[in-house]
Amino acid sequence: MIRRHFMALAAAGALALGLAGTAVTAQAEDFIVVQSTTSTQNSGLFDHILPIFTEKTGIEVRVVAVGTGQAIKNAANGDGDVLFVHAKPAEEKFVADGDGVERFDVMYNDFVIVGPPADPAGVAGSSDVVDALGKIAEAEAPFASRGDDSGTHKAELALWKEAGVDVSSASGGWYRETGSGMGATLNTGTAMGAYIMTDRATWISFGNKGDYQIAVEGDPKMFNQYGIMLVNPEKHPNVKADLGQTFVDWVISPEGQEAIAAYKVDGQALFFPNAQAD
Amino acid sequence: MDLGHAIIGAFGLVLSGDPDLTEIIGLSLSVTLSAVIAACVIGLPLGAAVGAFRFPGRTVCAVILNAFMGLPPVVVGLVVYLMLSASGPLGVLGLLYTPTAMVIAQTILVTPIVAALTRQVVEDLNAEYAEQFASLGVSPLARAGALLWDGRYSLLTVALAGFGRAIAEVGAVIIVGGNINHVTRVMTTTIALETSKGNLELALALGVVLLTIALIVNAMVMAVRALAARAAYA
Repeated sequence: MIRRHFMALAAAGALALGLAGTAVTAQAEDFIVVQSTTSTQNSGLFDHILPIFTEKTGIEVRVVAVGTGQAIKNAANGDGDVLFVHAKPAEEKFVADGDGVERFDVMYNDFVIVGPPADPAGVAGSSDVVDALGKIAEAEAPFASRGDDSGTHKAELALWKEAGVDVSSASGGWYRETGSGMGATLNTGTAMGAYIMTDRATWISFGNKGDYQIAVEGDPKMFNQYGIMLVNPEKHPNVKADLGQTFVDWVISPEGQEAIAAYKVDGQALFFPNAQAD
Repeated sequence: MDLGHAIIGAFGLVLSGDPDLTEIIGLSLSVTLSAVIAACVIGLPLGAAVGAFRFPGRTVCAVILNAFMGLPPVVVGLVVYLMLSASGPLGVLGLLYTPTAMVIAQTILVTPIVAALTRQVVEDLNAEYAEQFASLGVSPLARAGALLWDGRYSLLTVALAGFGRAIAEVGAVIIVGGNINHVTRVMTTTIALETSKGNLELALALGVVLLTIALIVNAMVMAVRALAARAAYA
């Protein structure tokens, strides 16, 4: 009886090792990990451009989509070959710290503020974001913030600062930090009738808009620039410099830029390429 | 958007035979089953030892095991990430963002559940068998083995509790796996992703599929148990 038990245990152990082995799916030799942001993934951009790149070069691109803040931290730990995010000052610091090689502009879109049809702060149709934020604060209308150190969150905080509103004192009141990604914040914010600042790409492709509409758009201050850079192989020796650089070069090449421009949802372009041709 | 739609949507998803969905279900099952088996290999002997042997600090061990059943998945994910990160102590293994990393994280989550529940099962049986063991002069190791064997049907439910925790878990696997399409995307991370895209109906349908898979696995285990019990009496 006892021997049988030990046999069973041994068999289970062997099975566990076998299964753990098969769980490690066949590792493609040529792959890179790109630390990127939820807006590029949730909007479907990567699903559109990555197959084109992979077909041309045979390099598989594995995307980890998190907030820009987390993406930069992951990349600074060496957990990724390429960083593709949207927070220029933080990206420049990443390069200055020696974690990245050279940063390139890739594309831009813009932020918009979406709001409920009731428009409690009376900002619908505005193209002056600083003025609109001031009105939202004055009306103490609910505003849902990412609150997660993402690129969008950083941009939003800079605009509040410009509007002279101290949102930290209103946190928990009309100013609500979800601490989540763009999609989760849109789900939460629309459900509580709050204004939300989002990048246009995520908004256009978002599937749970309800009766929400864009309230504030078109202010040059809401420009949203994306940048790409190779993680520094001198600081992080595990970085696949050649493969990663191939991807960076392709994204900013005419071909990559065309692929980005060609991506449309409901006939609307989501990202506008603006890499500087050398 | 309601549950009825979601159930119909789930059928549609399964019947469409979408290769992406098949791949995601396959990875969910292989990661979770690997983690549960690994957790049983560690947790069953561990739980049996704490349940059957007398040693100083035994109660403390039992309390710790019980408390660790409540390990927060995100914290486990974070710790495993820091270990496997390129700048972490195990970075050289290159396991981050692989299914193996997900198995490791889930094993850490499930092992305390298996060990703590096993301890209870074994301890209860031990109290029942104590006199017999004493009169037969059974060695401690043989005693633990016998208790595990005699408690096997209860322990099957223990393994299923671990399976339930692992298959439903998202916080740890999304950190260490990265939810990479075709590499580390499983059912729960797909549901999280579709929710964040605002595709709530699809997310709910995927939830129904996940629940159905859990149901099938539980039914299969129970069927095996019934067959084994019948064979034992035959």
